[in-house]
Amino acid sequence: MTDIKIKIENLFKVFGNRPHEMMSLVRDGVSKQALLDDHKHVLGLTDINISIPAKRIHVIMGLSGSGKSTLIRHINRLIEPTDGRVVVDGEDVMAMSELELKEFRRFKASMVFQKFALLPHRTVAQNVAYGLSIQGVDEGEAFERSQRWLERVGLAGFEKHFPAQLSGGMQQRVGLARALATDAEILLMDEAFSALDPLIRNDMQNILLDLQQELHKTIVFITHDLDEALRIGDQISILRDGAVIQDGDPQDIIMNPADDYIADFIKDINRGRVIKVSTLMTKASRASGPKFEESALLEDALKVMNEQNSDSAAIVDSKGKVVGKISLKDAIRAMARPDREAAGTRYK
Amino acid sequence: MGSRLFSMGVKMLDFFGDFPDMSRRDLRDFKLAIDGAFRDFSRTNGEAIEAFFDPLLWFLIKLEKLLLAMPWPVILVIVAGLCFLGSRSWKLSIGAVLSFMLIGYFGMWEDTMSTIALISVATLLCVAIGMPLGIWMAKSDRVQSIITPVLDVMQTIPIFVYLLPVLMLLGIGKVPGLIAVCVYAMPPMVRLTNLGIRLVDKDVLEAANAFGADSKQKLFGVQIPLALPNIFAGINQTIMMALAMVVIASMIGVRGLGIPVLQAIQNQYLALGLMNGLAIVGLAIIFDRVSQRYGKRLQQHRGGHDHD
Repeated sequence: MTDIKIKIENLFKVFGNRPHEMMSLVRDGVSKQALLDDHKHVLGLTDINISIPAKRIHVIMGLSGSGKSTLIRHINRLIEPTDGRVVVDGEDVMAMSELELKEFRRFKASMVFQKFALLPHRTVAQNVAYGLSIQGVDEGEAFERSQRWLERVGLAGFEKHFPAQLSGGMQQRVGLARALATDAEILLMDEAFSALDPLIRNDMQNILLDLQQELHKTIVFITHDLDEALRIGDQISILRDGAVIQDGDPQDIIMNPADDYIADFIKDINRGRVIKVSTLMTKASRASGPKFEESALLEDALKVMNEQNSDSAAIVDSKGKVVGKISLKDAIRAMARPDREAAGTRYK
Repeated sequence: MGSRLFSMGVKMLDFFGDFPDMSRRDLRDFKLAIDGAFRDFSRTNGEAIEAFFDPLLWFLIKLEKLLLAMPWPVILVIVAGLCFLGSRSWKLSIGAVLSFMLIGYFGMWEDTMSTIALISVATLLCVAIGMPLGIWMAKSDRVQSIITPVLDVMQTIPIFVYLLPVLMLLGIGKVPGLIAVCVYAMPPMVRLTNLGIRLVDKDVLEAANAFGADSKQKLFGVQIPLALPNIFAGINQTIMMALAMVVIASMIGVRGLGIPVLQAIQNQYLALGLMNGLAIVGLAIIFDRVSQRYGKRLQQHRGGHDHD
């Protein structure tokens, strides 16, 4: 198991005039609706417990109003919680003094926003250097360092443009470069790609995954798009009405939806493009049929098995050693839409 | 029995007929007390207050002398240069120079220089006081709720009413004139600064917060730059309102284009009044166009026209 970078413990957020007085009611289990009707307070987040591993992409997914944007703003304390802790590298963010918090935001966690939130009066280069100038890095060095990131996100040559002169996708690249330029270990991405059209969104996801291969940042990524969550997430937490209803890796969520709500969510997913052969395999040291690496997608495996008219396939590790096998029957069954009980027995 | 009821009725009618006001003597004493108190106050503190405004007076006089001492061609070059720097428009700069030449030709050069000195100092003063005030207002709803009614009073109270105490304190002269102009011209500066800062995009401000900007970095790096269009509208309005006060200011001894206008009113000199009035209008148009174009130029980054 990897190290835990961010640990969110028993986090509650109540919006209203007297949130702390409401906490005892919330703990007694008063519902969100009752709290709103009887006390005019909105229950934003209820008892959130999430462990976010270091150097991975942790996706927090939920529909609008589920509290996901509120949750991510607790990590760098743009929103104060009503109760609970957010611990980053063993340090409680909620206990930080104003100065410590500033340092935390400057050096440890940077953020990318849904609406880009670039500074309209600064050029692209100045925007990317913004975090560095806040840190107090001198101008020359800041520009040099930000230039590298501009090139890395494919915006070389646009240094002197203003944000309003760029398309949405390009603006968000500036946003991404700005967040990366501070060299923070934690990257908070609040629906960063949601405002972009599908093709550009796909591009941005690729850029992010490419960057992550070499940077290994701890990324907390908020989205309402399940495809996006499954594509980039190493780990996914699903949020509904301010509570986490499932926490797991993409394979886990697609094979083992925790309840009907999630089952309903994943029913339109192209399962073949998400499920990996290793998820379905049974351990074996010998197997017949075509060979696939553990990370191979079911869709590709099925195609080859069909072409070769094979009933089974062997799963090999990176050294080519057989570690397991899958049968054509299992593969086809996994492709079918969620049949929760059946899937549950087969998985693990 | 009946007559008592009747007399009570008459008394009631009396009560409702006339407003139950203060007795005439009390009222007179009340007014005298205030007048006396203020007179005492101005007697004891007048000199100190005058001394307080001395630097301002010194600056105003120096500027006026400088403008008057400069040869007219130099002034024309400066006018053209400033207009072009501000607006980047040849047309406007040439128009401004032509207006100044007309003003000079009709013998209003010196008065115009005095007026420009007054307007410049008044505008500087209004910006120097109004902008921090507006920023303070934008930061706190409480401050806003206190300052807003004060601004309302400043803009609506008849000018002569606040001129009176100023005159009692400082006598006739340039400084009371300057104060009168500023009281009237400052509110738009304060209001529009406040508005501009409050209208700054919340998302951008949040981003600044997320990157750990402190309040100074937020103010100078985000809030003021993004509020500049409104702040500039405020400066523009302040200049316009200061120009509108030129005639009033001349009533309390400020030199400038207002004096001939005043003479014209008193003596029914139509041509004199018209000429000097038009000179004020000319100045107003030049100031307005240049400051507006400058404000717009600051906003060029907002347009997204050269899309690549």
